[in-house]
Amino acid sequence: MTVRAAVVVFPGTNCERDCALVLERLGAGVELLWHTESDLHGADIVVLPGGFAHGDYLRTGAIARFSPVMDAVTTHARSGGLVIGICNGFQVLCEAGLLPGALRKNRGLSFLCRWIEVRVCNYGTPFTGRAEQGQTLRLPINHFEGGYYCDDSTLAELQENGQVTLRYEDNPNGSLEDIAGITNAAGNVLGLMPHPERACEALLGSEDGVVLLASMIDSALQAA
Amino acid sequence: MSRYLAKVDVMPKDGISDPQGQTIERALPALGLQGISSVRVGKSISLQIDAADEGDARRRVSEVCSRLLANPVIESFHVVVLPL
Repeated sequence: MTVRAAVVVFPGTNCERDCALVLERLGAGVELLWHTESDLHGADIVVLPGGFAHGDYLRTGAIARFSPVMDAVTTHARSGGLVIGICNGFQVLCEAGLLPGALRKNRGLSFLCRWIEVRVCNYGTPFTGRAEQGQTLRLPINHFEGGYYCDDSTLAELQENGQVTLRYEDNPNGSLEDIAGITNAAGNVLGLMPHPERACEALLGSEDGVVLLASMIDSALQAA
Repeated sequence: MSRYLAKVDVMPKDGISDPQGQTIERALPALGLQGISSVRVGKSISLQIDAADEGDARRRVSEVCSRLLANPVIESFHVVVLPL
């Protein structure tokens, strides 16, 4: 069986081809899905890639949330289907209410484009099955609004449920509790600010992104 | 139906740090300005709406605010409605 991944493209998305290339190399069948589509064409995995959906006008992800495809993404997520939102995709998932909290401007108001290390904090998610105990991942970040924020009760829930999946080793953006990536309570939706799809070739500086993306494909295969 | 002008202010919620406001505040002493504090940066949005009356206009604009113009996790909003 081939895992099918739908990579959603909003106007202003710019990381969809990197995501598609990597997922294809990892064995998935990939379809780029324009945001006006109302159907996921049977995809097992939905990817919301990075970029500047709808120009990031008003707030990052605020307008993208109303794109027609998001109804199908929400239905897929609520029925347990795998969804990964990378960078701008994370922001869209928060705005859509599929993940709690919000992403704020970086502390220091600098656009950050560099390599960072994140620690895997939960090995039991569908996105971290290949991670080794205590493993850190070297991944690039590329964002202006990556400071994760939520209220105290939401943070307590995140920690209690093991939803904090990735933490920065050296917090670059003022993110609450060094949070770099979280899942929803059910664990099938992951949002993260770093770009795993840009860290899948040693030549480009790291292959650690494969840990997350190949784990996700493993999980989709097991679910099938 | 009458037409109303709505002015919406969207601000970072109380207690949420505002890096833009802090940066502006830190720049003020360089201008020789003293005694200014609590600088907060938000957005101002104006729109026109056809509604039965002022209350109806305010209610509908508030709904637009809570669903789109503001993110309730990090922002609060204030609506002023004026007849046109």
